[in-house]
Amino acid sequence: MSDANFASLKERFAYLTERDSADHLAVNCPAEHLLECCTALRDDFGYDLLVDVTAIDWAAETSPRFTGIYHILSTTHHAYIRIASDCVDDAAPSLPSLAGIFPAANWHERETYDMMGIRYEGHPDLKRILMWEDYPYHPLRKEFPLAGIEVPFPAADVAETANAKVLPAPMMGGPFVSSADGTMREIEPQAKDESWTEKEENR
Amino acid sequence: MATTKEISIGDLGARTGVAEEELKGETMALNVGPSHPTTHGVLRLLTELDGDIITKCEPVIGYLHRGDEKIAENMTYNQFVPYTDRLDYLAPLANNVAFAMAVEKLAALEVPERCQAIRVLCCELARISSHLLGVGVFGMDAGAWTVFMYTFTEREKLYTLFEELTGARFTTSYTRIGGVARDIPEGWLGRVTDFINGVLPVLDQIDKLLTRNRIFVDRTQGIGVISREDAIAYGLTGPNLRASGVDLDLRKDKPYLGYERYDFDVPVGTTGDCYDRYLLRAEEVRQSVRIIRQVIDTIPDGSFYAEDAKRIVSPPKEKVLTSMEELIQNFMITTEGPQIPAGEAYFEAENPKGALGFYVVSKGGGVPYRLKIRGPSFCSLSILDKLVPGHYMTDITVILGSLDFVMGECDR
Repeated sequence: MSDANFASLKERFAYLTERDSADHLAVNCPAEHLLECCTALRDDFGYDLLVDVTAIDWAAETSPRFTGIYHILSTTHHAYIRIASDCVDDAAPSLPSLAGIFPAANWHERETYDMMGIRYEGHPDLKRILMWEDYPYHPLRKEFPLAGIEVPFPAADVAETANAKVLPAPMMGGPFVSSADGTMREIEPQAKDESWTEKEENR
Repeated sequence: MATTKEISIGDLGARTGVAEEELKGETMALNVGPSHPTTHGVLRLLTELDGDIITKCEPVIGYLHRGDEKIAENMTYNQFVPYTDRLDYLAPLANNVAFAMAVEKLAALEVPERCQAIRVLCCELARISSHLLGVGVFGMDAGAWTVFMYTFTEREKLYTLFEELTGARFTTSYTRIGGVARDIPEGWLGRVTDFINGVLPVLDQIDKLLTRNRIFVDRTQGIGVISREDAIAYGLTGPNLRASGVDLDLRKDKPYLGYERYDFDVPVGTTGDCYDRYLLRAEEVRQSVRIIRQVIDTIPDGSFYAEDAKRIVSPPKEKVLTSMEELIQNFMITTEGPQIPAGEAYFEAENPKGALGFYVVSKGGGVPYRLKIRGPSFCSLSILDKLVPGHYMTDITVILGSLDFVMGECDR
């Protein structure tokens, strides 16, 4: 069924390629055709409920580094489609905004921008949504450390009187592991930030 | 001696006219939240008022952002289960199930029928719990305090059941990848039956208190109307979508956990106003009761976890302590995590608040490479800037109550 569906899509959109998927129909779509493709999917193929927009960071040394992911559900024939679109520029990634055709994309794209730093061209109001406005990083990028990075406190007046800063979280005692691969010693659940532990002990 | 002095106040009528002229076009900015009883958590609304009518409303979220997705990338799949409790913290069992299902989908792992039945029970009890709170608090928001007392009494009984099943009232963490933490306790199903027998009369009471209550009806009918088109365009799911007349329930339309085996109806609204959303939730509780009865009647014997998936499932404790093979298996799963093949999968479950989705990307091993959580409340709130303007200030309470959102899931 998935094949037949992809064939019919391929007939209409020559630029689509099939994406490996164990669950839903999944396609790769070049960023420049994304808007056109999604509009047609909504109007002619019944994919009308945009459920999720997100992105994957394939780590700094990979190119293309960022892939935008869209999941659309049809309210009529109840099937999902996953659309993946690679961002062309690794240093300043961007994708066309779908907010014009799916209002639901507005917040999702703001979140992806906030977390990953992908700019959505044509978005009506692309600003941070979960972090505060002046926050300098995009925390879901792979190089961003789990503990966080020290940044100025969001409210300047409070920061001045209370001498407050946003500090990295202490990792001691947490169940965190650092990566999916490595020796068992390295991936065993443990407090990774051991320097912090030693510092406390030496004090 | 007192002296009197005459003060001229001029023509009162003319003065009012001038003042009105001066005030025309003048708006007031009003900040609601983030700590405000009607925002049900830490939601902040930046509103602009013209008199008592809202002209602009901008929701500000993120006050409960904990970086769950970042955390997920740094721990094994089973370790993340407790974090899912804290998404929609009013229905933690349903979140546990949705997360486990997403990872199992990626691993192409089918859990045994008994496990599926237990999970259906979990989901539906969680739905009852969440909807009871949703309806109770909605009633309270509209001024009907009594309903809240009834629903919370019932929720308390549910928490006792959850505690018996999972060991915790609130943060259940009941599922594991490939199963559930433990089998249902002896006699528990009987106590669930007692509970659902007791909850039906309470639903009738709520119905009597609210459904034809003049004040409640006046405050909710025709308020916060979401059209069918808007509901789809803004990605609303669950009761909020169905209240707008869209017949989409993932339990029926994309059946999982064997929901196709159970007989239940999906209520659908007609107008999409706050009143419809209330009616829909109340009816869904009744349907959940129907499903639970069928599950209890047909629950199969067998295992509560996938015994054959030795690289994914951690064996139950009593086996770990008595058998060498299971001890090694347990050690491997605990240290390395469940071994999930490389690939990606997206799974959405019909949770009480809407479709809770998990998008899991794996490069193999026990830790997800990327985990995206799609919280239904996030989408429900994104419609506020369109929905609220044109209403009175007091309607905000009712609209927020009727959307039944939870910030843990919105901010993640």
